[in-house]
Amino acid sequence: MKFENPAISLQNVTKTFGEHTVLNNLNFDIPKNKITTILGFSGAGKSTLLKHILGVIKPTSGKVIVLGQDLAELDEYQKREFRRNFGMLFQYAALFDSMTTIENVAFPLKEFSKLTLSEISEKSQHLLTAVGLKSESFNKLPSELSGGMRKRVGLARALALSPHIMLYDEPTTGLDPITTKMVNDLIVETAEVNKENGLTTVIISHDVRATLEISDYVAFLDRGRIVEYLPVDQFKKSEHPLVKEFLRL
Amino acid sequence: MLTKDGIIKSIKHGFIEWVESIGASINESVKGLGNIVLFTVNFFYWVFKRPFRLHLLVDQLFFIGNKSILIILLAGSFTGMVFATQTYFGFKLINVDSLVGAITAIGLAKELAPVLTGLIVAGRAGSAMAAQIGTMKVTEQVDALEVMGINSIQYLAVPRIVAGTIAVPMLSAIFLYIGNVGSYLVGTTSLMIDEAIFFSKLSEFMHVADIWQGIIKATVFGFVISVIGTYFGFQVEKGAEGVGRGTNLAVIWGMISVLILDYFLTVVLVRIL
Repeated sequence: MKFENPAISLQNVTKTFGEHTVLNNLNFDIPKNKITTILGFSGAGKSTLLKHILGVIKPTSGKVIVLGQDLAELDEYQKREFRRNFGMLFQYAALFDSMTTIENVAFPLKEFSKLTLSEISEKSQHLLTAVGLKSESFNKLPSELSGGMRKRVGLARALALSPHIMLYDEPTTGLDPITTKMVNDLIVETAEVNKENGLTTVIISHDVRATLEISDYVAFLDRGRIVEYLPVDQFKKSEHPLVKEFLRL
Repeated sequence: MLTKDGIIKSIKHGFIEWVESIGASINESVKGLGNIVLFTVNFFYWVFKRPFRLHLLVDQLFFIGNKSILIILLAGSFTGMVFATQTYFGFKLINVDSLVGAITAIGLAKELAPVLTGLIVAGRAGSAMAAQIGTMKVTEQVDALEVMGINSIQYLAVPRIVAGTIAVPMLSAIFLYIGNVGSYLVGTTSLMIDEAIFFSKLSEFMHVADIWQGIIKATVFGFVISVIGTYFGFQVEKGAEGVGRGTNLAVIWGMISVLILDYFLTVVLVRIL
């Protein structure tokens, strides 16, 4: 599927590690302002794809263009600057365990914004409240929070610098059904609220049910190739044997 | 039944396997050393880049320096006391027991203070550096920094290495001072060495160069221990088991490096100073 002015465009991207080809001539656009999910079995190349989008690793051949910028044209320093366009929610939230909840959210603001300390504190509290956290949790350490609460804090931290692209790495894996629903609602709500800012959402997952509920587009990655990429309603009816098998799971 | 040919073949096979395993371990060691050198080069690249996060440096100085003071005081005082006692009984046999204070001070300044401080810091702070960074790596906290556009070496390794390089010579100086206090107390109270002779021999035989030798050694040890501690932290993989392994390697290689470097530094410094 091709889109006009996509947020992310992978053009003939191949990545090999020694003899092993992880991404195989990938051509793939991710539209702006939509929720796109990349599904696939373990080892399909999802994480490698994510690292290419972030510019953490370079493709062996091909181009990765994000927000109109070819990542290959950026040096290491510029790439780091450019990465501030991304927000990312990790599978286990990846909160800094030596910092409290509010310090975690304030961290990117302290590092990159020119806000005063009181403005940072105010914005951090606002972000935490927006993701549904109560003030009594603001000064708790990550180890004192539940899995769902950690995800909320991780999301608040990821949104702190108003990113243009929000990446979710296996956001619902290993969560109970209630927390899964909460995280899904949060993803949709975040995408809706930030639509005006042009927020593009990319989810890497193998959780089919959660994905189909919230995505606009779904791509299926298998052995380094996108074998199916459709709007969610069409994806549900896909005749591709692998997709059909995956949807049955 | 074993034939002569079969025995020769199996010996050959065993020999080849043995040579291969030695080759593989040499290959791994050279690769590891190369990686540490690259890591050090990376450190020198990032240490001069903005932003300079002074608060992180202060935190690490507090952790490596302040929190090691008690153990350094204990180790230093008892090392000085033991060294003075052992020297006294040896020197008394040849009637030079008046030199106990001077010899203890020189031994502490050139060798014992920097080496023992290095070993203590490698065990305490080097292991902690590997464990902290390793845990951050397996829980994706290092990835989170990178995704935010923060270089993890600049954020995590630079303050630790700089703090280690500053703190270890300071701790070594404290070790030297308290070791001499221990030597003085034992020498003048228990071993009955005259206080005036103790100090006159000390000032006669001990030179500023001896102190410099120890300070230079301690600075190098501090740098190397911190590089090794942070390097093994970044190498951690595979969860808690990996963190334990990384911590263990950081302590072992930190201590071995101190002992090996001590010899080479001694060879160089006795010629220069």
